Amino acid sequence: MSIESAAPVALIVEDEPQIRRFVRMALEGEGWQVHQSETLKRGRIDAGSRTPDLIILDLGLPDGDGMQLIRDVRSWSPVPIIVLSARIDEADKIAALDAGADDYLTKPFGIGELLARVRAALRRQHKAGGDASARIVFGRVEVDLNKRTVQRDGQPVHLTPTEYKLLSVLIANLGRVVTAPQLLREVWGPSNADNGHYVRIYMGHLRQKLEDDPAQPRHLLTETAVGYRLQS
Amino acid sequence: MQSSESKTGTVLAVLRADAGDEATVAAAARLAALCGAPWHAILVENAHTRRRGEAARLRTLELLRHAHARGAVTAVLEGRDAPAVGAAYARRHGCTTAVLAREHGTAWWHVPFVRRLAQAAPELDLVDVAAPSTPSVAGPPARARPAPRPYLAATGASLATAGVALPLLPLLDVANVAMLFLLTVVLVAIRLGRGPAILATLVGFCSLVIAAPRRQYDVSEFKYAVALAVMLAVGWITARLTSDLREQAESATGREARTRALYEFARALSVALQTEQVFEITRRFLARTFDARAAILLPDDAGRLRWPVADPASEERAPVLSVLDMAAAQWAFDHGAPAGAGTPTLPSNPYLYLPLLAPMRSRGVLAVRVPDVAALLVPERRELLDAFAALAAIAVERVHYVDVAQDAVVRMEGERLRNSLLAALSHDLRTPLTSLVGLSESLTLSRPALAAAQMELANALRDEARRMSTLVANLLDMARIQSGGVKLNLEWQLVEETIGSALRACRWQLGGRSVDTHIPRGLPLVRFDAALLERVLCNLLENAGKYTPPDAHVTIAARAEEGMLVVAVCDNGQGLPAGRADALFEKFVRGRQESSISGVGLGLAICRAIVEAHGGRMRAFNLPDSGACFELRLPLGEPPPLPDPEHHHHFTDQHEH
Repeated sequence: MSIESAAPVALIVEDEPQIRRFVRMALEGEGWQVHQSETLKRGRIDAGSRTPDLIILDLGLPDGDGMQLIRDVRSWSPVPIIVLSARIDEADKIAALDAGADDYLTKPFGIGELLARVRAALRRQHKAGGDASARIVFGRVEVDLNKRTVQRDGQPVHLTPTEYKLLSVLIANLGRVVTAPQLLREVWGPSNADNGHYVRIYMGHLRQKLEDDPAQPRHLLTETAVGYRLQS
Repeated sequence: MQSSESKTGTVLAVLRADAGDEATVAAAARLAALCGAPWHAILVENAHTRRRGEAARLRTLELLRHAHARGAVTAVLEGRDAPAVGAAYARRHGCTTAVLAREHGTAWWHVPFVRRLAQAAPELDLVDVAAPSTPSVAGPPARARPAPRPYLAATGASLATAGVALPLLPLLDVANVAMLFLLTVVLVAIRLGRGPAILATLVGFCSLVIAAPRRQYDVSEFKYAVALAVMLAVGWITARLTSDLREQAESATGREARTRALYEFARALSVALQTEQVFEITRRFLARTFDARAAILLPDDAGRLRWPVADPASEERAPVLSVLDMAAAQWAFDHGAPAGAGTPTLPSNPYLYLPLLAPMRSRGVLAVRVPDVAALLVPERRELLDAFAALAAIAVERVHYVDVAQDAVVRMEGERLRNSLLAALSHDLRTPLTSLVGLSESLTLSRPALAAAQMELANALRDEARRMSTLVANLLDMARIQSGGVKLNLEWQLVEETIGSALRACRWQLGGRSVDTHIPRGLPLVRFDAALLERVLCNLLENAGKYTPPDAHVTIAARAEEGMLVVAVCDNGQGLPAGRADALFEKFVRGRQESSISGVGLGLAICRAIVEAHGGRMRAFNLPDSGACFELRLPLGEPPPLPDPEHHHHFTDQHEH
C-alpha cells in the first residue's frame, strides 16, 4: 500500500476505452498509478478528489468542451495537462495551450511520443519548484543563462538580442510546445500579433546558427500551424 | 447670321414646333461642325406650342431625333416662359451660342422670341436663322382644318342665348344682357375650347349690334357701345383663359394617368418573386398602357440574349422575334442604349429595344412593339416606357438577388452539413486507428519482451495502422478539397521550415532510404497553408518510400525562378512508367496497375488539388539518367515587411570578456 501511495497519480479523461487502455498500460509500465474518467463530468470530479500529478485529456469528449476542464483545473492547480486532439483541429490545440494546457498529442500518436511528453512535462514542473539550472545543453549547443552566452562545439555563437530572447523563451519551456502567438507576444510585444512571419524568420536564423542541418532540425522543432518546441 | 466664329463653346438650337425648326437644326448642326463644338437641341413646350397641333409637334420631335443622330444632346422641356427655360438650360449646359429661327407674321404686341431670349440670357450669342414664312410643304398644321361641329354648336348656343335675351332687352339694361352672352361664352369655352368660344363671342356681339335700338347720338347709344366693346374683350379673354385652363387640366389628367400606371406597375412588380412573374406583369401592363406587345429577353452566362420562351397562356400577345430583331436587341444590351423603332439605331425595326439597366448591371432587354411607331417619338410616352423598363430592370435584379440569397442559404446549409459529416467521419475513423496504433505499439513494448517473430508481427501491425491512418487523412482531405469546403490558412512561410516538419512527420515512411535537402539560404517568404503543404510533401515522401528500392536516395530541393517557388522531390529509383506522368495526378490512378504495393492512388491527386488551390502547378517527370521527380510550383507574392533590422553588434560578444 505504501508503495502504491508513493507512486505518482495520473488521470486519463477519454471516452474511448481502447485508447484509455493503451495509455494506461504505457503509464503503468512507467510506474504510474492511473485513474480513468469516461466523461468530462467525472473528469472534473476526479481532478479534484484524486489530486493527480498529471492529467491526459481528450478534447473531443461527448459531454462537453475539454477546454472548460483546463480552465477549471488551472484556477487551482499547476498540474501538467496533456491534450489529445485530431490533426485538423490546429486552432483547438492553440486554444487549449493558451488556456493552460502544457502539451498536446495528435491522434494517432505513438507510445514513445506520449512518454516523452509526459517526462518533459514532469521535468518542467520539478524545475519550476526547485532551482532552475543556469546551463542548458541540447545537442552540441550549450547556453549559459547567467552569462547570457551561447556556445556550439565550445565555440561562441553570435546571436542578436531578438534571437537570444526567442531562444530563452523556448528554453524556459524546454520540451514543451510554445504557440506562435505566445512567442510573438513575449519576444516582440503585444502590438505585433499580425506579424507571424517574424517568428518564422528568426527561428530560421536560430536554426542556421545552431542546427547541423537547418532543413532537418533535431532540436528547434516546428509543430506545424501550432508553434515551436525546443527538444533537448 | 451673326457671326460667332471666334467662339467654340457649345451650340444650342432652340426649336419652337413651327416651320422654322428645320432651318434651325440645319444651321446649328453646321455651326457646331464648323467650330468642332458639341451641340444641343431643345424644344420648350407649353400651351402655346401645343396650340400648333399634334402634327407639328411630331414633326419637331422627328427633327430632334435627327439632331440626336447627328450628335446633338436633345431635350424636351416644359415651361410657360419658353425663353427663360431655354436660358436656364443654356446656362446649365454651358452653351454660349443659341440658334433660332426668325419669326414671321406675329402680332405687333408680341415681343419676338429672340429679344425675350436675349433679355433672359444676356451672355448668350444669338444666331438668327432665316426661315420660310409659310408652313413648309410637309403639311398644313392640324388646326387648319378644324372640326365643324363645335363651331356650329357654339353658334347655336349663342343664337339661342340671343333668342332668350334679346326680347328682354327693353326690360333689362344692355350690360345685363351682355352678361348673359358672357355666361354662354364661358360655358362654350369650357365645353368646346377656344375657337368656338371666340366664335360664340362674335355671334353674340353681332346679334346685339343688330338688335341695337336705332336712336341717334344718345347717351344710351354710347353706353351700349361701351357694353358691347367690354363684352367683346371679356369674351375674348375668357375664351383664351378657359381654354388654357382646359389644356392644363387635360395635361394634368394625362400626367396623373401616367403616374397611376407607373404606381400600379411598381406595386404589381413589388410582389413578384420569380422572373416569370416579372415577365407576365410587364407584358400585361405594357399591353394595357400602350396597347403594345412586349417581351423581356434575358442573357445567358456568356452575355448572349436568349430567345423568349413561348408562354402558351399569352401566345397571341407574345411577339415573334426574328434573327435580325435578336441582333438589334443584343446591340441594345451590349451598349446599354435603346435601339430599334423611334431611336437613331436601326429605326426601321418594328420593335423598340430598351436595355434593362439595373443598379448593378444591365439585366436584359425589353422589346416593345406598339401599333403606331410615331407614338414612340412623343416624349411623355417614351419617358413612361423608360420608367417601365427601369422598374422592370429593378424587379429582375431584385428577383435575381432573391435567387442568389436562396442559393447562398442552400449552399451554406450544405456546407455546414458536409463539414459536420466530415468531422464525424474523421472522428469515427480516427478513434479506432488511434487505438490500433497505440495497442500494437503496446504489444511491442510489452514485458516480458516478445520473441523475434512476434515482435516483427507487432511492428508490422503498428506500421500498417499508421499507413491506414495516413490513408484516412488523405481520403478526408480529398473530400474536403473536392467539396470546396477547404479554407486555406495562408501565412507567409519559410519553405525550409515546412520541409523540415514534413521530414520529421513522415521520415518513417522512407524506411532506410537516405534523404538530402538542397535549400539555398535567402529564399523569399511564400504564402501558403503550412499544414496542407506538409501533407503534399508527406505524400511525395510516402510515394518515394513505396515505389523505390530500399537503398534508394531521395533529394528535396527548393529554388525560386520566374516568380515561382519550385520544390522538387526526386529519387534515383527506376522512374515513372513512360507516358503516364500526367495521368498519375488523376484520382485512383497508379503507376503500375498490377502492383502489390498498397494504396489507391489518391496521394498525388490530393497533392495536385492542394497545390492548385494555392494557385500553383504540379508536374512529374523522369530524370535523365534514372529516377522520378515530382515538382510543385507556388507563386511568389509580395512578401510582407520584415522586422526592423537589428544593429549588427553581437549581443553575446559583450559578455564574453
